[in-house]
Formats: sequence, C-alpha cells, structure tokens
Amino acid sequence: MEYIDILLSANFWAAAIRIATPLIFGVLGALVCERAGVLNLGIEGIFVVGAMCGWMAVWLGAGLWGGVLIAALAGALFGLLHGILTVPLGLSQHVSGLGITMFATSVSYFTYRTALPKVSSPPRIDAFQPLDIPVLSDLPFIGPALFQQTAMTFLALAMVLVVGYVLYRTPLGLAIRAVGDNPSAVEAQGLSVFALRIGAIMAGSALMALGGAFLTMSAFDAFFFGMISGRGWICIALVVFASWRPGKALLGALLFGAFDAFQIRLQNEVGAVVPSQVFLMIPYLLSIIALVLVARKADYPRALLQPYFRGQR
Amino acid sequence: MPETETVHPLLSLQNITKIFGDLVANGNVNLDLHAGEIVALLGENGAGKTTLMNILFGHYVADEGRVMVRTSSGTLVDLEPGAPQAALEAGIGMVHQHFTLAENLTGLENIVLGTESLFARKFSRSKARAKLQELMQSSGLEVDLDLRVSKLAVGERQRVEILKALYRDARILVLDEPTAVLTPQESDSLFNTLKLLAAKGMAIIFISHKMAEVLGASDRVAVLRGGRIVADLPTSQCDRHKLAELMVGHAVQMAEREPGNPGEEILVFKGVSAGEGRELIENVNLSLRKGEIIGLAGVSGNGQSMLAKVLSGLEEPTAGAVTLGSQPLKANAAAAIQSGVARIPEDRHHDGIVGAMSVEENLVLEEIRKPAYQRFGLLRFNEIRKRAQEAIKAYDIRCSGPLAVSRLLSGGNIQKIVLARTLDQEPAIVLAAQPSRGLDVGATADVHRRLQEARDRGAGVLLISEDLDELFQLSDRIAVIHRGHVSEPMASEELDKKQVGLMMAGHSAKGEQAA
Repeated sequence: MEYIDILLSANFWAAAIRIATPLIFGVLGALVCERAGVLNLGIEGIFVVGAMCGWMAVWLGAGLWGGVLIAALAGALFGLLHGILTVPLGLSQHVSGLGITMFATSVSYFTYRTALPKVSSPPRIDAFQPLDIPVLSDLPFIGPALFQQTAMTFLALAMVLVVGYVLYRTPLGLAIRAVGDNPSAVEAQGLSVFALRIGAIMAGSALMALGGAFLTMSAFDAFFFGMISGRGWICIALVVFASWRPGKALLGALLFGAFDAFQIRLQNEVGAVVPSQVFLMIPYLLSIIALVLVARKADYPRALLQPYFRGQR
Repeated sequence: MPETETVHPLLSLQNITKIFGDLVANGNVNLDLHAGEIVALLGENGAGKTTLMNILFGHYVADEGRVMVRTSSGTLVDLEPGAPQAALEAGIGMVHQHFTLAENLTGLENIVLGTESLFARKFSRSKARAKLQELMQSSGLEVDLDLRVSKLAVGERQRVEILKALYRDARILVLDEPTAVLTPQESDSLFNTLKLLAAKGMAIIFISHKMAEVLGASDRVAVLRGGRIVADLPTSQCDRHKLAELMVGHAVQMAEREPGNPGEEILVFKGVSAGEGRELIENVNLSLRKGEIIGLAGVSGNGQSMLAKVLSGLEEPTAGAVTLGSQPLKANAAAAIQSGVARIPEDRHHDGIVGAMSVEENLVLEEIRKPAYQRFGLLRFNEIRKRAQEAIKAYDIRCSGPLAVSRLLSGGNIQKIVLARTLDQEPAIVLAAQPSRGLDVGATADVHRRLQEARDRGAGVLLISEDLDELFQLSDRIAVIHRGHVSEPMASEELDKKQVGLMMAGHSAKGEQAA
C-alpha cells in the first residue's frame, strides 16, 4: 500500500515538521494575543513582514540570527500599531487586524520593489541549513525524521515550552490570562490593562513574524510575492483547535503539517486520476472538520474582542 | 467612639464634585471615615453612590475636591487621583458589585495577582497560602482557594473579593451593593464578618439601598440624593421611614392593597408541562381572572423562568394547553404580544431592552409595525419621538432625552422603559417576573403602583417573585412553585408568610413534607 509507505518514510515526517514550523510560530503568536483578549488578524501581513525583513536583513549583511532578530522587531512594531488601535483606542479588532494585514503586505512588497527595482528573480541568501546533531541525527529513521531540521525549527519547539512556561508558571502569565478573561480584575489589582495587552500583542506579533522569517531564511532562501498564501489564517483557526493551549497548538500545527506533507505525496501517487486541486484542498478541509468537532466546546477567553475602558460598567 | 478618632479620620473625602455631561453625579460631597466603624452609604439608584466610590478607588478622577488618606505615620495626605494602584497602596480595598475576578484562575491566583513582581521567574505560593490560611481563620471567610473561580458560587466569590483586600492589608474596605446577589443567610454571615473586621480596627463603608440591612449593620448612615450628601447621622437616630424620606426627598407612598374585582377567566393553564432538567414545569394547572393579581412564590430555579417562557410564547409546552381568552396560545413571541400579553422579563438588562438602542426605539419596539409608527414600511420618526416624550414624562424615566442610549440607564429607569412599553398597550395579561429585583424604594413603589393600575383596569396579572413582602402586598391570590409544580392558588388573606415560606421549601399547604 502506497499510503502506508508514505507514512513509513522518514522523509515524510521531516517534511511534516518543516511545514509545521511556521505554523507553530504563528499559532503561538496568535495564542499569546488572544489570551490577553485581543484577536490579531494582522497575522497574515505580519508573516509577510517577517519574511521580507528577515531575508532582506541577511541579504544586506546582518547575519542569519541578526535577520531573525530584525524580523521579530518588525513584527513587534506592527503589533504595537495593532495594540494602539485596538486597546487604548478600542477600535474593532477585526477591522484593525485586516487593515494591518493589507498595510503590512503592501509595505513589504513596496520595500522589496524599491530596494530591488529591476530584478526579475530575488537574490538568494545563505539560509539556515539542517543541523547535524551528534548521535541523534544519525539514529535510523528517527534521525532523518526528527533531528535533521534547521535551527529555526528547534527555536519554534523551544518557543512552545517558553510560552507554556510564561503563561502557566509566572506572575506575568497569570496577569495575561487574567486580562483576557476579565480586564477589570487586573485593573482592580493595580495592574495596567493597556500595558499588559499591548505587551502581549507585541510579543505575539514578534512570534508571528518569526513564522514568516522561517519561510525566507530556512524553508527557502529568498522572498517571493504571495509566498505566505494563507498560512496566517490557518493559525487563527488552529488557535481555536488548540483551545488556547501551547501544547495543543503544537499538536495542531504538526497535524496540519502532516496532512499537507501527505497531500503532496499523494499527488505524486494518484495525481493522474484526481485533479491536484483536490489534494491542495485536503488540509484545509480537514482543519475545518477538526474545528467543527473541537470548536463547539471551545472555551474562549471571556474578554476576547472586548475593548476595555476604565470605569465603564 | 473615642474623641480623638472623631477628630482624626482614616479617610476624608472633601468637596468631591464629578460631572458627566449635564449630570452632576457628585456635588460637593464631604465624608469622613474612622477606624472601627461601619458606614452605610444609602441612596437610590443613580444617586451617585457608585461614582463616589469609583473616585475613591481611582477608576474616575474627580473634577473638584480631594481624597485624603491617613498614612501610617498619622498624617493626612492626598491620594493620587485616577490610580487604583495608589488606592491599593494606601490600604483601600474595594469589593465591586460586579466582581472583578478572572474566572479562568483560581481564588488564590486572583488574590496574588498584582501583588508579586510581574517579571519574577516563577510563583512563590507557600507564603501567600500561609497568610491566607491565617486570614481565613481570623475572619471566618472560608473558601477553597484552589478551585477555579468559575466553579465557585456567588457567595464564595464575594469571600475571595474580600480576602483580596485583606491580603493586601487593607485598612479601609469599600463594598458596593454587597448583598445584591446574596441569599438572606449569606447576607447575615457577611455582616457578621464585617462587624468582626470593624472590631479589629478596619474602617468599612458599604453601599446599599436596602434599609433593613443599613439599620441592622451600620454605625452611621450617609444618605446621598441627587449626588449630594443630604444626611450623615448615627444609625441609632434613624428609622425606616426617616431613611426612606431622606433617600427619596419626600414621603414615600407605599402601595396599599385594596381587594380586586375579579371578572371572568382570561388565562388558563391546563396540565401544562415544558422544559427539562432543572428548568421545567410539570402538569401546571392555573387560571387567572380579569382584574386580579396572582402571586407566584418560589425560590428561583424552580421552574418560574420556564413558566414565563411558555406564557411569553418563547417555549412550546410538551403537554397540555394554554388558553388566552378563548384562543389557544401559540408558541410564538410575536403572537403572544399580539394577543395581549405584556411581558416584564426577569433579566431586564438582557431581555427587557436592546441596550445599544435609544430610549425611544426601545419604547416602540413591540409596536413598530402598527400604522401609528410606520407608513409604507418607513418609520414615522415624529410620532415615535412624540410617544417617547410622553412616556418619559408619564413614567418619569430619568434620561437625557429620547435619544439616550438605554444601556447606560440605571436598572430602575430601564424597568420604567419596559413598563411604559408594555403597559401602555393596555394588555389583557401582565406577566411580571421579579419586577422589583434590584430596584430601590422609589422605583419599587412605582412598579407596584403600575401593576395595581393594570389590574384595576381589568388586566390579569401574574406576578412571579421571591420577595414575600411584595407578594403579600400585591397579590389577590398566591400560588407556590416548587420543582416545577404549582400549588392551588389561595386567597392571600388566608395565608401567612411562614406558611408560604415552608411551601417554597417543598412542604405542602397543610404542613407535611411533599413527596
């Protein structure tokens, strides 16, 4: 059976994890924002910004980790914009988020075109290469499946732990979870609702931008138009699937990555009979089905989407 | 209280003035608070009590005046305005009417929130736990600290709120309408705790509009009316009538019941069952006549809401039939309104009005299709405005005008909108569910008068209430609902409160325990 063969190949699992990596960043970022009570639909645009800034910084000579840092900072900057619009000004989070997506995408393309007006294909950079971890990478099957990834994939996995630790083990995480449930509880205890929310949005947006940066600095080695192609939106759905928990977010991203990797391989096997668009559809279809099953019982952060104004009843 | 204490208040509000638009929420308010005393801040809805406390706690900044707090060294200093953090540090703890608890956290987490450095690398809970154990023991505020707040009952949540203040070593405790959500037993235990805390030297101020608890639990009463302090005197010099008069500004006419003049049957429930689980009614037989008020007594959660839903056309009975006049009642809210059922819902904020809409829009909501308010499908704004102005005047709805946003009005004024909308249609049947819950004396008297007027006009009124005083004051006959079963209504003269109270707890009319 070719299906079993696909599942048994180390190559398939390696691809699944690679495809999942930007989603892990993105879904963690969305999770942090939403835990603080703010939906960040700027995610799709922030992915583009991260992809563009990280790649361009490296191309200009910043070094790979310098590029990662600059991508994160650029993401945080757009997060700050979304934060100011939605938190103290209390504007619609949907409208602001979609606006940020359009703005961030256009600004990225504009910058790209201004910097490289005449090129037909973007210059390539020396991207992150798969790490060769002693012992682990050489294990049969498990080695190539799990341990021949780039540093950014391991950074994404580490971020799952970091976000989980901060949210559930530190006073800061306690305050973030509280502000997403009942901002007046936070205010009554003398903490600043605005500072917590804006901070969370900036941190979350930085994570999202890393998802974009992974694409241009690790999965590929250059920036292309339209390369994000809805990955941000998938993260918004995955957060619900994950019930706003970092561990489940990782699981959701991996599941999606696996579907996607499976779909690519299936195309090769039976592509002659079934149109390829059907396969492209599968991961999205499955994520909708998963959402329907999970989201009905979803325990939304109670204050999600609700702006907070001091002293209002 | 000792002489020196009188001279040296712990907290002093001086000339506080706060104006919202045209409304003077607080005007030149002066109030002192001393260690060891319990002060009641009494006033009607909209008198400015909550505004004053929000200024004290830094949610609002006063336009004029100062808030002064005694420091540990004994001098009075200005409290930084508009900063809850400053109020907390000065030892002011506030228990809001709508609890400020994050429900996804445990009680302990809510209490320590904000007391530890945000950037600490992890929690240190053992010290906090030890301190709270001690506080719980000394104050009698027992609560399971490791349970999520969403799993706690209302009374327990309030205990967490008070512990929050105690944990921060508050010297001044402010409680906004603390008994609004409590059962009578829980209220008693709350006031016992407050007395204990005051005896230990805390200064306590609680906001209320219930005279019984003010008289029972406070040392001193400050009465607010129209944003100004109209009286500040020891509780021992007060009685119910005096307080009511101070609150309202004139002598209050309590509605006196006159026997009704019941006519023919207008509403008949015959073997009606509906709903399931906790919220159900079973085999309900009830007949309401024109020109009478039937009081339906019961502890909430015994099926009253389902009965109201059936009568409102919101729920279809699973068995039996409801007849209105000679017509069967359809399970359709619009049809219920059409056939003359006036609905005064239990949750007036949620079901009574559309909060985001204006007063005038809410007033014509049920009649919007009538030719009086629309022509060719277009609204007749002038007519709607005229209607609203009349209703605002007739029902004394306190608002800035027909265009005021309904959500921002006080509960009493929202109820007046509901009354004006429903009763002015001259309904055949009035369904009044907990019509005075959460309302002050003036507004309650108003609701009662309106219900009696409807009855005298010939409407049949079904009054669902938990308040025995209200039931006996208004009802011609009283029935009791318990676990979905409704007892045979009896003339209220033949019943006494104790008997009804027992029936509400599940005993049958004759006294023995029901099956």
